[in-house]
Amino acid sequence: MANVISNVALVPGIYVMKIEGNFRGRMGQFYMLRSGRNYPLLPRPISIYDIGEDYISFLYRVVGEGTSLFSQLQPGQEIQLEGPFGNGFPQVEGSLALVGGGMGTAPLLLAAKHYPHAHVYLGFVQQAFGVEAFEAVAASVQVKVGGSIIEQVDPAHYVNMFSCGPTPMLQALAMKTEGTSSRLYISTERHMACGIGACLGCTMRTREGNRRVCKEGPVFPVEEVEFDDLHGV
Amino acid sequence: MISMACNIAGVAFKNPIIMASGTFGFGREYAEFYSPELLGGIVGKGLTLHPKAGNMGSRIHETASGMLNSVGLENPGVAAFLKDELDDMTRWNTAVIANVGGSNLEEYVQAAAMITENAQKRRTMNRRGVDMLELNISCPNVKQGGMQFGIQTEVARDVVRQVRNVTALPLVVKLSPNAENITQMAVMCEEEGADGVSLINTFSAMKIDIRRRRSVFANTYAGLSGPAIKPIALRMVHQVAQAVSIPVIGMGGISSVEDIIEFIMAGAAAIQVGTYNFVHLHAGSELVYGLEQWMQREKVQSLDEIRGIL
Ligand SMILES: Cc1cc2nc3c(=O)[nH]c(=O)nc-3n(C[C@H](O)[C@H](O)[C@H](O)COP(=O)(O)OP(=O)(O)OC[C@H]3O[C@@H](n4cnc5c(N)ncnc54)[C@H](O)[C@@H]3O)c2cc1C
Ligand SMILES: Cc1cc2nc3c(=O)[nH]c(=O)nc-3n(C[C@H](O)[C@H](O)[C@H](O)COP(=O)(O)O)c2cc1C
Ligand code: FES
Repeated sequence: MANVISNVALVPGIYVMKIEGNFRGRMGQFYMLRSGRNYPLLPRPISIYDIGEDYISFLYRVVGEGTSLFSQLQPGQEIQLEGPFGNGFPQVEGSLALVGGGMGTAPLLLAAKHYPHAHVYLGFVQQAFGVEAFEAVAASVQVKVGGSIIEQVDPAHYVNMFSCGPTPMLQALAMKTEGTSSRLYISTERHMACGIGACLGCTMRTREGNRRVCKEGPVFPVEEVEFDDLHGV
Repeated sequence: MISMACNIAGVAFKNPIIMASGTFGFGREYAEFYSPELLGGIVGKGLTLHPKAGNMGSRIHETASGMLNSVGLENPGVAAFLKDELDDMTRWNTAVIANVGGSNLEEYVQAAAMITENAQKRRTMNRRGVDMLELNISCPNVKQGGMQFGIQTEVARDVVRQVRNVTALPLVVKLSPNAENITQMAVMCEEEGADGVSLINTFSAMKIDIRRRRSVFANTYAGLSGPAIKPIALRMVHQVAQAVSIPVIGMGGISSVEDIIEFIMAGAAAIQVGTYNFVHLHAGSELVYGLEQWMQREKVQSLDEIRGIL
């Protein structure tokens, strides 16, 4: 249990919730969040958006019942959270691009803070959000609303790329990266129950066999990912 | 002195709280959060003779007060379990139960025989092995086998008889709520020499994605667990406990100390906790401490005082 410090909508339906406490976590890892004692039953996986000495924050979109309850939390109220879980983005050297689409921008902010030299590309369908946070820490930020942000990314310019977003966007980036020497890591999503590798509910088929998104992931080198399986989610 | 201890088929459990198959892995993941030694026992992830990749597509979906799962018995197979997992599992001072599934009779028998042989071999080397077998004739998530055995009593009889023939380990048969007659099924298990029965596995259930106009699950149906099934599970445990004289391990939606007491009052020798492990990471330790406090508060020295009082 921890106290909510603030919980504000950046644009309609998209919130940043700041929670009090000294939490651990690296870029690309996530927490399992619950509010309410019995309903909904399962916690929801949400990426770490930002973390400081005395707070952790999450950027989330109201999708269904779980996230809708999150959005009703007022400062001073309590929320349950367990984490950090997952592997997170790897430590890399050399030039780096961070490519996020929509909610997929959430796990990239910590990476941008960690690698101030990174070039950031953010794509949104209708309305941009959270761009200022990236502008405050990154060397360059390009934003596109509508259309595809992937058009602006040239993989040949980067030794490494981290990406998170809708599957078609990830796949477009993967195709564009093929044949270049750039190493692409993508953050994947699966419904989760335990979040720690015990239930096998989040298993994803990869070229290396079954992998638990909560434990061996959510970040995978793109060569391992079977996009057919990702589309099925 | 309060004692939570219980004995099932000669296996000592320090308390009646056992983690259910498929919800606790092989214990390792949860051991990062609390010691499995607190628990009465652990049932490992359901094993099949050969490794199994499990089902494609979505595997879990939350429902009102429950969840659907379609994991499809993803597991490393018996040989890999004995080689890679058992040492870790037996390192903790808690009862270790292997849950065995299969897609045909032969697979059940071979898997049970392998685990039994391994346990005997380890014993001669003074090492702990599997303490008990839980025969899973009730998984609704595999196309062939699994639940087909758990529905008709006479089909299940063959499996139980043949597995009994090859194992000297304490044998508990896990029953399906989808059985045509769960009491008859339990009586059959007793007749065939099972040392206990555990119930219930998940209910065969369904969820439709109306936008895509198809089932959420590649297998169409999935298994329902969690608080939603508790009242039915409790009724089944009560009925079965009255019909057999072997121990009954009860489960289905247990999420509090009060739930545990209900199952014990209905006649359960011990209980298993499944879905609640996902709700609260520390479910196991919370329930063990909670049960002890409840017994102190209610001045119940031993659970025998309340077991089967209904
Ligand atoms: C590792 C990881 C990190 C995530 N990080 C974030 C984040 O930073 N911000 C954010 O807004 N969301 C994030 N998500 C997605 C988030 O978990 C889901 O949006 C949330 O669980 C929806 O819960 P709900 O109760 O509101 O919706 P529900 O009522 O459970 O579901 C509503 C709809 O959302 C779909 N859905 C539910 N859970 C998921 C899921 N895990 N993946 C894909 N679809 C889902 C359901 O199929 C359903 O159609 C992350 C998911 C994962 C696996
Ligand atoms: C994700 C998941 C996986 C499961 N896997 C198995 C399994 O491998 N073998 C088995 O006998 N039961 C399995 N079960 C059933 C549980 O052990 C238990 O019987 C059922 O969930 C009811 O208890 P609960 O409501 O407390 O979860 C599984 C259940 C869930 C939710
Ligand atoms: S959510 Fe349970 S294994 Fe990943």
